[in-house]
Amino acid sequence: MIALEVKNLNKRYMFVKALNDFSVTFEKGKIIGLLGPNGSGKTTLMRILSGLLQKTSGEIRFETKLKGKLLKQTVAYMPTESHLYPWMKVKQTINFYESFFAGFDRSKVLKAIEVLDLSPNATIKSLSTGQRGRLKVALTLARKAELYLIDEPLNGIDPISRDMILEMLASEVADDKCIVISSHLVHEFEKIVDDVIFIRKGRLELMGDAETLRNERQMSIHDLYKEVYKND
Amino acid sequence: MHFENHIPIYLQIIELIKKQVILGILKPGDKLESVREFAAEIKVNPNTVQKAYQEMEREGLAYSQRGIGRFIVEDESLVKQLRHDASKLIIEDFISKMTEIGYSNDEILDRLKAKLNGG
Repeated sequence: MIALEVKNLNKRYMFVKALNDFSVTFEKGKIIGLLGPNGSGKTTLMRILSGLLQKTSGEIRFETKLKGKLLKQTVAYMPTESHLYPWMKVKQTINFYESFFAGFDRSKVLKAIEVLDLSPNATIKSLSTGQRGRLKVALTLARKAELYLIDEPLNGIDPISRDMILEMLASEVADDKCIVISSHLVHEFEKIVDDVIFIRKGRLELMGDAETLRNERQMSIHDLYKEVYKND
Repeated sequence: MHFENHIPIYLQIIELIKKQVILGILKPGDKLESVREFAAEIKVNPNTVQKAYQEMEREGLAYSQRGIGRFIVEDESLVKQLRHDASKLIIEDFISKMTEIGYSNDEILDRLKAKLNGG
């Protein structure tokens, strides 16, 4: 089942073409790795799909036509930068999310923070970068949505927290949702992505099933990545 | 669990299960762990485990019973067969590596005999 279809999407900033005739289809039931170096257009794509940024031209089609409130119930976007209020406690942040997002699953996030070893009474500013990274992903995955856009969840995160985040993402696979993870840390995502999309200078360079690509090219996704971007 | 990233992961999962059967950790007729449990344990995408299980069914190594789960086939010759298959791969790999560094068949046999006799 298709979660989202993008056709000939273009985004121009003043002097830069961030997305250039970008077309892609995201299927439910999968984890998709959106891969590319910094500045290739990953975040621009995610921000347009989540309604935070206007496209210049092109078509974005969900199962049904979506705008405003309904779009926010269908797409859950996690920005890479820290977007949580530093003065809030973890439990206040959970309350905040609950009041902000319809269908937010409070019990799910409470269970998650226990597994992730986060105290509900800790303030956000007292958390390490890794702990904050874990919390952000847990909060995003507790939202009710069909398409999850997770922007660079492992940037600047320690190895233990990385493993926790990867496990959390992998366990979320389900027929009724699609999870898109952007990253340039390809190696870490090898074991959890179904499909990979290589984006290069705002264009779709290559897309495919990760296992099929390994089989056809006899190389890891990480090595394939290095080959695709070696001349950049 | 460590996987090689240049080989499809579902194939490595099948190899892992075959090895467990050879070692007797899994026995013919044993129930396989659920897709989600096993995926969480070896830290891979559940879809990949699903694919491995489906392929095992196709190969006749496992079968599923609706609503109950998946099982290793109850075939007493299975362990023997898998053990034989595994040994074949190891031997082929060994021979090709020895040939690559210039050993003849007779020399390979001699080296092997000497080693097995404590040389």
